[in-house]
Amino acid sequence: MQPPAEFVHWMFATGVLLVGLCLLAQAVVGDEVWRRRAWRAYLWPSLAFAMGVFMWPVMVFFTNSTIHMLAHGSWAQVLMLAGGAELGLIRGKLHSPYWRLTMPLMFAVSGSAFLIHEQNSWFFARAAFLHHLIGWTLVIGAVFPLLLVFRPRSQLWRTGFALTFVVLSVMLYSDRDLAPVFGHLSPEAGAQHR
Amino acid sequence: MSTQLLSERAAVRYRTARARLISTLGPATMLGGVLWAFLQPYRITLLHPYGQGFWWLAIEPPLLVIVAGIVFAFLVAPGVIEDLEEHEDGL
Repeated sequence: MQPPAEFVHWMFATGVLLVGLCLLAQAVVGDEVWRRRAWRAYLWPSLAFAMGVFMWPVMVFFTNSTIHMLAHGSWAQVLMLAGGAELGLIRGKLHSPYWRLTMPLMFAVSGSAFLIHEQNSWFFARAAFLHHLIGWTLVIGAVFPLLLVFRPRSQLWRTGFALTFVVLSVMLYSDRDLAPVFGHLSPEAGAQHR
Repeated sequence: MSTQLLSERAAVRYRTARARLISTLGPATMLGGVLWAFLQPYRITLLHPYGQGFWWLAIEPPLLVIVAGIVFAFLVAPGVIEDLEEHEDGL
């Protein structure tokens, strides 16, 4: 009954896509309009927090190595931390804007975890390629939330932050358990399936 | 035509563009899902459900993209546009 890993990636991709769409809309209309309805202000931080919660069962049921367990566990923690900090700031329980540093932390930790736990080279298979690509996208993309801590109204950084999520969702949707990438598939990876 | 009127018209065009952009996000996402379905129709197992496993029937990736677009277009975008227009009208 356990889903293949690619299905888990696609389900998380949907959550990431929704976060990206919300952030993009927030970047377009601004915080004042976006937060006119309380439920909307809590929407994307709740989604981020929920993805952190759902990452725990992924850690438990998709542990095919210690390093995988550590990677999934660290994603769960930093996703919950970043989502929770944003919820606390919106609710007014947290006051320091430096709590927003949890978001670039989440990007940096998640990206590093992607890069460290992928043991194969870029062109081993599509999954390996995407792990490297997502890892570097997150590490470089951490610049956007980091700059937003100091320039929270910058339209450019807000849009970049939102689009990073959209791009990540496309990468996650592109993931397959066993498929070639640009015609490359290592014979050690196994037989390709749909 | 006075420069004040011109700048007001430019402001109206800008407002319209922002609202239009918000209303485009959901349909554009849905379109992405539909295009994916056409490119990889075998991922839409509802079209030929016999012999498919649970996960292939329950999680159909192009449909997930379309659902994300529908959720945004019908649950999020209308309220955002309404609030944006009220905000720009000074309400």
